[in-house]
Amino acid sequence: RLHGRYHEMAPNVVPMDYTKDPDVKLPMQLIINMPELKENPFKERIVESFSEDGEGSLSFNDFVDMFSVLSEMAPRELKAIYAFKIYDFNTDNFICKSDLEKTLNKLTREELTAEEITLVCEKVIEEADMDGDGKLGFADFENMISKAPDFLRYCFKAY
Amino acid sequence: SFSREAQLFVEKFEGALGKGKGKKFYAYKVMMTKKWMKFQRDFENFKTACIPWEMKIKEIESHFGSSVASYFIFLRWMYGINMILFGLTFGLVMVPEALMGKPYGSLPRKTVPRAEEASAMNFATLWDFSGFAQYSVLFYGYYNNQRTIGWLKFRMPLSYFLVGVGTIGYSFMIVIRTMARNANEDGGGDDTSFNFSWKMFTSWDYLIGNPETADNKFASITTSFKEAIVEEQESRKEENIHLTRFLRVLANFLALCTLAGSGYLIFFVVRRSQKFALEGLENYGWWERNEVNMVMSLLGMFCPTLFDVISSLENYHPRIALRWQLGRIFALFLGNLYTFIIALMDEINLKASYLLPFIIFNMLLGKDEDFQPLEEEKIVKYNMTIWEASLYNGSIPENSTAPPIQVDPADVPRGPCWETMVGQEFVRLTVSDTMTTYITILIGDFLRAVFVRFFNYCWCWDLEYGFPSYSEFDISGNVLGLIFNQGMIWMGSFYAPCLPAINVFRLHTSMYLQCWAVMCCNVPQERVFKASRSNNFYMAMLLFILFLSTLPAVYTIVSIPPSFDCGPFSGKTRMFEVISETLEHDFPSWFGKVFGYASNPGLILPFILLMVLGIYYLNATSKSYKEANLELKKKLQSVRNRELLT
Repeated sequence: RLHGRYHEMAPNVVPMDYTKDPDVKLPMQLIINMPELKENPFKERIVESFSEDGEGSLSFNDFVDMFSVLSEMAPRELKAIYAFKIYDFNTDNFICKSDLEKTLNKLTREELTAEEITLVCEKVIEEADMDGDGKLGFADFENMISKAPDFLRYCFKAY
Repeated sequence: SFSREAQLFVEKFEGALGKGKGKKFYAYKVMMTKKWMKFQRDFENFKTACIPWEMKIKEIESHFGSSVASYFIFLRWMYGINMILFGLTFGLVMVPEALMGKPYGSLPRKTVPRAEEASAMNFATLWDFSGFAQYSVLFYGYYNNQRTIGWLKFRMPLSYFLVGVGTIGYSFMIVIRTMARNANEDGGGDDTSFNFSWKMFTSWDYLIGNPETADNKFASITTSFKEAIVEEQESRKEENIHLTRFLRVLANFLALCTLAGSGYLIFFVVRRSQKFALEGLENYGWWERNEVNMVMSLLGMFCPTLFDVISSLENYHPRIALRWQLGRIFALFLGNLYTFIIALMDEINLKASYLLPFIIFNMLLGKDEDFQPLEEEKIVKYNMTIWEASLYNGSIPENSTAPPIQVDPADVPRGPCWETMVGQEFVRLTVSDTMTTYITILIGDFLRAVFVRFFNYCWCWDLEYGFPSYSEFDISGNVLGLIFNQGMIWMGSFYAPCLPAINVFRLHTSMYLQCWAVMCCNVPQERVFKASRSNNFYMAMLLFILFLSTLPAVYTIVSIPPSFDCGPFSGKTRMFEVISETLEHDFPSWFGKVFGYASNPGLILPFILLMVLGIYYLNATSKSYKEANLELKKKLQSVRNRELLT
């Protein structure tokens, strides 16, 4: 079924037969137009974090990986790992203040004023940063997400 | 690398599906689990879709914040109550009389008098609720006092009385039950330790695929952030305690001055109008004749704005400021009412004291332009002299309907039916209040928005940011309007069984109109704040108004004799005698004896004492439970903190 979806996005490029393990990658533009991802403000980041080459093109393996993490059956820890990657815009393995600002702007479509944005980012770091380095490491993120009641309900589901 | 690890993990997980024995059974289980989860989700969606207006309210909440949405949730709750009241009055009072009672035209009380017959079908008369509308099941006067009607032996007077008492009892019960439920929810607070973080990382719903839904979701996320920001700013505010206290005392002093000033103004104006009435109203122009109404309406319009200005001195959290505002407006209306009654005290003699109910509500609303308290009193006094005259002449009405003399019911002279008149007055008030509200919305909000939008191009200053700009949704005004309207319904539904029906219709249309007006013509407030989790403040005011509005009805049931030739209680000295009559005729004799013993004061007083003790005990236990709850929460928090450090 997933292969059918992958194939129909670019029928002339994707072969039906995968036994020879061809090296085919689909560019980001095609993927983010899928109905499941279209309205998502984080769609570019999602595709980038599953892409092996970091550019945003997905091979079929990456595609399958993405949808298995996005399914309801995937375990919470796995989703938390990928959530961290998605919100880490500059891929330095820490969610720093600029990452938070970018996330906030995407969420509110830039409706908040600059001082409101600063206030929110400061509060987030104040709440979740346990080791006091001014940014969120994976441990901080995991600790905070594990207590969130809505994480599994809303996040990281495609079907 | 990370992704390699994750990929292996995923493969292992899938391996559990593909390899080993029991593969088929495992696959089946997985499929069933998926189907079950999908079914649960669909069922939740269905349940939400069944709640009326849920989508509309969610949309309003996402754009305007939870405080504005709380008004609409309150409106919807009131609609539910009114539906039940409507069901009671319609099903148990109006329908039996319509189906099984004597038809129109068979009795004097059920027929339009000869004098009014010509105009009885005019639209103007019907709109005024006289003519055919008056002599129908819609009002008290139509009902016959026959003990049982129809082949089902339906006890009409008893049903009327019990429905009247039942509507009040049900309303009390449901208001108190909702207050208790809200109080419970208040106690179970949530863990706010990661408030902002959770908002940032878990608020987006990944399953959204529809652009409109996405729009709403963005708006709601923005609003939610703004609310949280307001809360945070409020908690961070550095308070110069002494200055703030001084300013607050000053603000309260100013508010008291306003209230006193408005009370004095009313007193002065009422005295003046009495002086005018004594000298004959023809000598004075329109203003003098309507002075009292105009002054009260103007006060009702301008004082709340004044209170708003005063409250900017106080620097409260917006939610608390809203409560003070509501409380002050409430005090304004009550104060105006009391001064009005005191000023009229010497005018109202004992016989006309039953006018108090609808005078009270007229003044509470302060909006009804047509009500002339002194004129109405004169009409009623005139009617009473007719009544006394007919009594002196040896009770003509009764003799006319005696068997030997056949008189057409339309020709029989009627005594005044004060209950129907009171009912009519309430119905007219409700209708005029509805009209006023709708017109205010259309003019105040819609036309203003149109003006600002289209005249902005050719105006000297920026209309959208300066004056007048778009209006904000006035929460306090609307909530108070709703509460007072409901008070009127409670007061009047004993005299006019059609009132709940009219109110259901009014609330239904009001919901649609206001939802449209809010989305189309209003802008969100500057500082959006989160409504308090419980609506208990509104409930408390509602309870108070409910109590006030049942007092007049109870008073009339207990102490005023019903009209002698109209309504289900005609012929009795007091309305509640229908109960004793039922006990005598329909219950076995020992029941009457038991009831007699039970109503002995010696038994009732200890019973009341027991109930008071019960209330005290329950209150004490609930307090201790709340404290235990807080202790447990604290312990949980400290356990979690310890876990984190280790």
